[in-house]
Amino acid sequence: MYQILKAEKLADKIYLMVVEAPRVARACEPGEFVIVKIDEEGERIPLTICDFDREKGTITIVFQTVGASTQKMSSLKKGDFFRDFVGPLGNPSEFVHEDPEDLKKKKYLFVAGGVGAAPVYPQVKWLKEHGIDADVIVGSKTKDMLILKEEMEKAAGQLYIATDDGSFGYKGMVTGLIEELVEKQGKKYDVCVAIGPMIMMKFVCLLTKKLGIPTIVSLNPIMVDGTGMCGACRVTVGDKVKFACVDGPEFDGHLVNFDEAMMRQQIYKTQEGRAMLRLKEGDTHHGGCGQCGGNE
Amino acid sequence: MEANRDMMKKIPVREQDPKVRATNFKEVCLGYNMEEAVAEAERCLNCKNAKCVAGCPVSIDIPAFIREVKEGNIEEAARVIARSSALPAVCGRVCPQETQCEGQCIRGIKGEPVSIGKLERFVADWSREHGFVPDAPEKTNGKKVAVIGSGPAGLTCAGDLAKMGYEVTIFEALHEAGGVLTYGIPEFRLPKSGVVQPEIDNVKKLGVKIETNVVIGKSVTIDELMEQEGFQAVFIGSGAGLPKFMGIPGENANGVFSANEYLTRSNLMKAFRDDYDTPIMDAKKVVVVGGGNVAMDAARTALRLGADVHIVYRRSEKELPARVEEVHHAKEEGIVFNLLTNPAEILTDDKGWVRGIICRRMELGEPDESGRRRPVEVPGSEFEIEADTVIMALGTSPNPLISNTTKGLEINRWKCIIADESNGKTTKEGVYAGGDAVTGAATVILAMEAGRAGARGIDEFLSQR
Repeated sequence: MYQILKAEKLADKIYLMVVEAPRVARACEPGEFVIVKIDEEGERIPLTICDFDREKGTITIVFQTVGASTQKMSSLKKGDFFRDFVGPLGNPSEFVHEDPEDLKKKKYLFVAGGVGAAPVYPQVKWLKEHGIDADVIVGSKTKDMLILKEEMEKAAGQLYIATDDGSFGYKGMVTGLIEELVEKQGKKYDVCVAIGPMIMMKFVCLLTKKLGIPTIVSLNPIMVDGTGMCGACRVTVGDKVKFACVDGPEFDGHLVNFDEAMMRQQIYKTQEGRAMLRLKEGDTHHGGCGQCGGNE
Repeated sequence: MEANRDMMKKIPVREQDPKVRATNFKEVCLGYNMEEAVAEAERCLNCKNAKCVAGCPVSIDIPAFIREVKEGNIEEAARVIARSSALPAVCGRVCPQETQCEGQCIRGIKGEPVSIGKLERFVADWSREHGFVPDAPEKTNGKKVAVIGSGPAGLTCAGDLAKMGYEVTIFEALHEAGGVLTYGIPEFRLPKSGVVQPEIDNVKKLGVKIETNVVIGKSVTIDELMEQEGFQAVFIGSGAGLPKFMGIPGENANGVFSANEYLTRSNLMKAFRDDYDTPIMDAKKVVVVGGGNVAMDAARTALRLGADVHIVYRRSEKELPARVEEVHHAKEEGIVFNLLTNPAEILTDDKGWVRGIICRRMELGEPDESGRRRPVEVPGSEFEIEADTVIMALGTSPNPLISNTTKGLEINRWKCIIADESNGKTTKEGVYAGGDAVTGAATVILAMEAGRAGARGIDEFLSQR
C-alpha cells in the first residue's frame, strides 16, 4: 500500500498527489513514468512522474480525469492509499545521460499542452539544476486550466504561456506561439520537447519539422503491464514498431505515426464510456450502457 | 467401483459439459473424488524401477505417493509430493503428463497409463481443503537470497531455499504474485483464488517474503540488491515476457492483440468480470494465430466472452505444440481449427478496425531444424476469414530489462540468460537463473525443475562462504 501524503485539485478535472513510494523515488529520473492501481478492482493506469523527492521517498503525480478509473482516483484524499504503485518505468529523457557541459551549448524549447505540463516540469527542473536554462511554452484552454505555473517559472529560463481563449498570455495554440518565437522573434532552438495531447504533439512536430528543429515527444498510449509484456502500447516510429513502455515513452517526434497512435487510443472508448455512465449514475443507473439490460 | 472394471483404462475424470462451460469461467475439469482416486491408484503397478519418476522433471516419488493414495493416507501422499514439488495443485493441472510421467508408465504400453496428473491434483486439492500445510523450517541460517519473479521457477526456488533455512525475498514486477500462473493461464484451467493463491500462500508459510510492484532493472538493480540490500545470492526467474508479432500488414490495427495482452486483461486484471474496471475487446469473431497452449487459452477465453473463434495454425494437427487435452477441450467447446493455414495480411475498415484476415493454405515439405516438416505456402491459395479481432499467440522472448542492467550477466543471441542447466549458475558470481528467462518460452514444470536446480546451485555456493 502506498500512502497519499498530499492531494490537491489544481484545476477543473486536474489533480496533484504526492505519494510515498521510496523505491520509485530512489531510482526515478525525468521522463520516466509509474503505473498506479487504486484498489483490487482498479485498472493499471500509467502516469508520468511530475516530481520526486529522494530524501522523503515521495513521487508527485498529476492526472486529469478522463474515465471511470481516474474519476475514482480523484476522490482519494490525503491519508488514503493506492493499492499499487510501480516504477519507474520507461527510459529517462535522453539528456539525463549527456554531459551537462555539452547540454549547455544547446538551447532547449519545451512545449507543454494541458496536463502535459506535469511531465515537462521535472525535465526543465533537472536542466535548471545542471545549470541549463530552457525556454518553456505552456499551453492551455483557458487561464483557469493552467497548472504548475509558479513551479515552472522558477525552473524555466523563459516561460511563455498560450491560452486558446487569450485569457492569459498569447492568444492561440502553442504552434502559433512557436512560430511567433522562432520566425518573428528570431529565437534559435536546437531541441524541442513536446508533451501533451496526441493531436498537439502531431501539429508541433509538423511545424518543427518545417522549422528544422529536432523534436522529442513523450507518448502515453494504452498500456497494461508497462514492462514490455503486453504490446498494447505499440507505436510505429519510422518503419519500426516500438513498445512505448520499454522503448520509450520518448521518441523522435518527426518519425512517430501520430494518426495510427491516435486511432489506437480509441480501442476502449466505448467500454470506457459505459463504465463512466455506470459510475456516474451509481444505484440510479437504468440503461444506456448497453450492458445492464436497462434499455430492453 | 464395480469389480469387473477394465484395468487397462483410466478412471474417467468428471468435466463440465462443453456447452455449459463455454459460457462460464469455472474450471473445466472437476477432478477425482476420494473413491475415484483410490480406484485409479489401484491401477498403479508400483514398479521397482519406476520409469514415471524418471519422466518427471522434479522427480516426484510417484509410486510412493500413489501407494499412500491407495491406502487412503492422503496427508502422507501430500508429504511425499511436497519433498519434490512446491506447486502440486498447479502441476496436476497444467503439466504435459502425456509426454512426461504418464508417457513413461508401463500401463500405457498395452492400455492407458495411470492418471498420475489427476492423482497429484487430487492429493493437492485434498490437502488444501483439509488444511494440510508443509512443514516450515525451524530457524533460518541468516543468509539472504533474492528471487526475481514469482512464477513457477521463482516460487519453486524460493520454497526450496526457505526449506534449507535461507531468508528469501521474491521480487515481483506485477501487482500480484504467480507470474504466468496468474496472468497467463486462465481461470477455467487453473483457478486463481482456489488453486494458485493457496500454493503461493504455502510458499509464504515457509517464511518466503514476496514484494510486489518491484521491477528489477528499473526500481532496483541486481547489483544494488547485492551491494546495498545484503542479498548474498540472486535467482533470476523472470520468465519470457515479450510477445512476438508477425510483421504482416495491418498488425497495428485496432482489434489486434498479443495473446499476452488479451490473457493478462482477462486473467490478471479480471476484465471478464463486471465488477473489475479493466476493459477487454468486445469481440464477436476472433482469429487466434498459433497452435500452442497460449493460443488455446486465448481462443477458449474469447469463446467464453461470447465470440466465434477460429484458430489459424500453419502446420498440421500433429505438430500442434499444445497439450492434447487442451486441443481436445477447445474442439469440444466449438473452436474451429484452420490448420495448414498462414496469415498474410490483416484487413481493416476505414476507421482502422480489423474486419478480416487474409490467409494462405500451406502444405508440409521437408523437415526443418526443429525436426518438424516445414510448412510451404500453396501458390494462389489466398482466402479471407471475417474477424473483428485477431490475437497473436506466436510465442514470447525474455525481457532484456535485467540483462541490460546487470554487469557481467551474459545472454545468448535469443536474449536468453546463459546459465548452467544443472545448477542455474550464470556468468556473474552469486547470480543464478532458470525457467523461461534461460530457455525461452517453455512449460511450468520445466521452470520448476530449473528453480529447483537453481536452489541447489545457490545452496552449494553459499555453503562454501
